[in-house]
Amino acid sequence: MIDAAGLTKRFDDVVAVDELSFTVGPGEIVGLLGANGAGKTTAMKMTLGLLTPTSGRVAIDGLAIRDVDRRVMGYVPQGLGLYGDLTVAENVAFVASAFGVSPPSLDEDGLGAIANRRIDEISLGLRRRVAFLVARCHEPSVLILDEPTSGVGPLGRARLWETIHETAAGGAAVLVSTHHMDEAEECDRVVLMASGRAVMTGAVNEIVARFTTVAIASDLTDTQLRGLRDAGGTVLVGHPGWRIIGVDIAEVCDVLGTPEGVVATPSSFEEAFVALAT
Amino acid sequence: MNWGVDRVTVAFGDTIALDEVSVELDRGEIAVVVGGDGAGKTTLCRTIVGLEQVTSGETSRPSRTCFQPETSGVWADLTVVENLEFVAGGYGLDTAHTRSRIDELLEVTGLRSASDRLGRQLSGGMRQKLGVAMAVLSEPDLLVLDEPTTGLDPVSRLELWSFINRSALEGRGVLISTTYVDEAERADTVVALDEGRVLATGSVESIVQSMPGRLFTADEKKGLTSWHRGHAWRVWSPDGAEVPNATETQPDLADVVTVAAIDREVGQ
Repeated sequence: MIDAAGLTKRFDDVVAVDELSFTVGPGEIVGLLGANGAGKTTAMKMTLGLLTPTSGRVAIDGLAIRDVDRRVMGYVPQGLGLYGDLTVAENVAFVASAFGVSPPSLDEDGLGAIANRRIDEISLGLRRRVAFLVARCHEPSVLILDEPTSGVGPLGRARLWETIHETAAGGAAVLVSTHHMDEAEECDRVVLMASGRAVMTGAVNEIVARFTTVAIASDLTDTQLRGLRDAGGTVLVGHPGWRIIGVDIAEVCDVLGTPEGVVATPSSFEEAFVALAT
Repeated sequence: MNWGVDRVTVAFGDTIALDEVSVELDRGEIAVVVGGDGAGKTTLCRTIVGLEQVTSGETSRPSRTCFQPETSGVWADLTVVENLEFVAGGYGLDTAHTRSRIDELLEVTGLRSASDRLGRQLSGGMRQKLGVAMAVLSEPDLLVLDEPTTGLDPVSRLELWSFINRSALEGRGVLISTTYVDEAERADTVVALDEGRVLATGSVESIVQSMPGRLFTADEKKGLTSWHRGHAWRVWSPDGAEVPNATETQPDLADVVTVAAIDREVGQ
């Protein structure tokens, strides 16, 4: 399992990650979510042992990260880390030999038909499947995935997530960095990061259910818009109407001077995120 | 047809990039083209704005059409304001009007505090918002945006969508491509593409209602017509037959698009 406690990373005066703690148990899938610059990448690099924390620690299966045999870890970076001028079979064989294991069967993963195709000749969806196979060929107990299904269509995404769930069901601890609800809802828990800190942890549906967004059907005057912003609200243009985050319905009605056309609605994932992160 | 394409086919040599694809939109409407890598989204955007030659079918667009490519089209060595002024110059907009329009766009995009920052110094979200601001500067009737939200975090994505909605509210037709089905839920019209062919098209409601068969939720995988979603499995029953140990569930857009892709995959 992954156990990160009090992770802090400073770059000169900038605190990129600030006292971040999280765990990922065997068989668990945990999502790391945050705006660009929230500290996700820095946190992942520290979890992988590629960056030394200023303070705090990361342990894998009870061992400090510096003492961990890297073969327990699998990693799929956003850029996938495959060799474009090698074939699918050559990529898999190369990485398997580096880890000292036999290459996995391409047929079992449905990749047999493209075994002799070069990586830079196949679609992104297929490249992602190859990257997953490569990352799992040594049966790691920790799998770290950076935006694992970015750019893939709905069915391709569902099939990739089947693989991730299968890996977790086999006992691996899976840490996923993502921006999207489609991926976040696949995780057992998510850690929402803002300004380097964890601002909330839990199942994504439970987190989203805690927030409401006020929808306004009518047009707003400049004075009303200013009033809503002065009350601390984030004002967004809907299609149709307006969406107000961070102000309760009573206060919105006060600012508008009427309850007409004003309703509290469930927040979307992004709206809940904005409420937490801003 | 209002604006868009009608049964358009586009071929690059032997490769059919778009196969009889149609999408239509009008003033104030938002159309979303959704699909994965290689689905034909960029070709469709480029066809609508007249950058691709069609093999067959019809295209229609207003004379004032603007296109933001996937790369956002922002000049890295110009500041935010210089990017906007340069585009305004290209359109021959008069100085007084340009100044007030740029001022307005800096306000609604939230880019005012970054107005002197170079294009290369902007975050992904800021760059995309600047790209859309450059596209709407000339007040086009139709705005075509190719994957403007790819790589954006949730906050930037929401801000960008707010800006896109504002453009529709101002009376523009907006066509956007994306890889994420949840973004398509906001559209008046949706076209789901896969390998150049239409998987599903229409309003969100009509697409959801058009799903053949029935959909169930189960605790385990049940054959080729099931897929993992959230913390359970979805099981599609094409002929509507009951699925043992499963609960019938109302599909949403993501379910129906996945069903259409499975239907195609199984039928091949």
